Amino acid sequence: MAHDHHHSHDDTHSHDETPHKHPPLRPDQDDTITYWRAMEIAVRGLLIKKGIVSADEVRRTVEQMDNRTPLQGAKVIAKAWVDADFRKLLLSDGNAACKALGMEEGFYKLVVVENTEKVHNVIVCTLCSCYPRWLLGLPPDWYKSRNYRSRVISEPREVLREFGTQIANDTVVRVHDSTADMRYLVLPKRPAGTDGWSEDKLAALVTRDAMIGVANAQHP
Amino acid sequence: MANADSIDPLFRPGDGVTVRAIYPVGHVRTPYYIRGKRGVVERLCGSYGNPEELAYARSGLPRQPLYRVRFLQRDVWADYAGAAHDTVDIEIYQHWLER
Repeated sequence: MAHDHHHSHDDTHSHDETPHKHPPLRPDQDDTITYWRAMEIAVRGLLIKKGIVSADEVRRTVEQMDNRTPLQGAKVIAKAWVDADFRKLLLSDGNAACKALGMEEGFYKLVVVENTEKVHNVIVCTLCSCYPRWLLGLPPDWYKSRNYRSRVISEPREVLREFGTQIANDTVVRVHDSTADMRYLVLPKRPAGTDGWSEDKLAALVTRDAMIGVANAQHP
Repeated sequence: MANADSIDPLFRPGDGVTVRAIYPVGHVRTPYYIRGKRGVVERLCGSYGNPEELAYARSGLPRQPLYRVRFLQRDVWADYAGAAHDTVDIEIYQHWLER
């Protein structure tokens, strides 16, 4: 345990240390070398030492992963809201639809599931954290949590309520567990009152959570 | 398509299937909660290398047909509290399915 340097007046022990010349420190929380962190550092070091990858390539790839955001997905959804042919393509071949927009096609097969008055879709990966990263960026921490993964599969309506999303009982709640080679994206319902809106304006209503299915698209 | 590298699909959309209730050790993509449950094939997703082999740096061949299977939540969880028509869709490889 880290030292606790209290200097309050009700301390009963005697102060035998010299006064500190720095503000009180909170222990760092970024220094936990877990088994898997040690493994990653060791493997990365070996790959670099053997000349298979360079440190700069590793950094660049991490940077690219961090730079992907849900704006990509929002663009796809907004296009599907205004263009019936594109919507059809997106629902039948998600990867081809991404390519048609000049975006990354994605390494995994993309299955787009459409929310309607009759069906509300929500995505989970109960085994780990599978997620359409090329369209949404890195998954949020809660998506990877045991709590979300175990509960959204068995009590989805309750979890959706906790996210502030009420689904009527006559609407089917359909959970999609991405266990293998597909990745899923929810096509949310287009909000009312957005007739004639441009794709850019519509895309601003499409949030990450709406594309995971724990929320609806924002209302204007 | 007949292909030495791929196993032919045995099921079609609409077919009733049961997930095998077996418990092999190793890297397995069939969640525990769905083993032994009965659902309906929603679609064939294509054929993919078997992850139970790929995980150990083997070829994963022949490729296994992969399906999305739809289950009623009340058939999966005895105490499911949501609506009776709620479902869960899961990707399952053919070698985990039986009629």
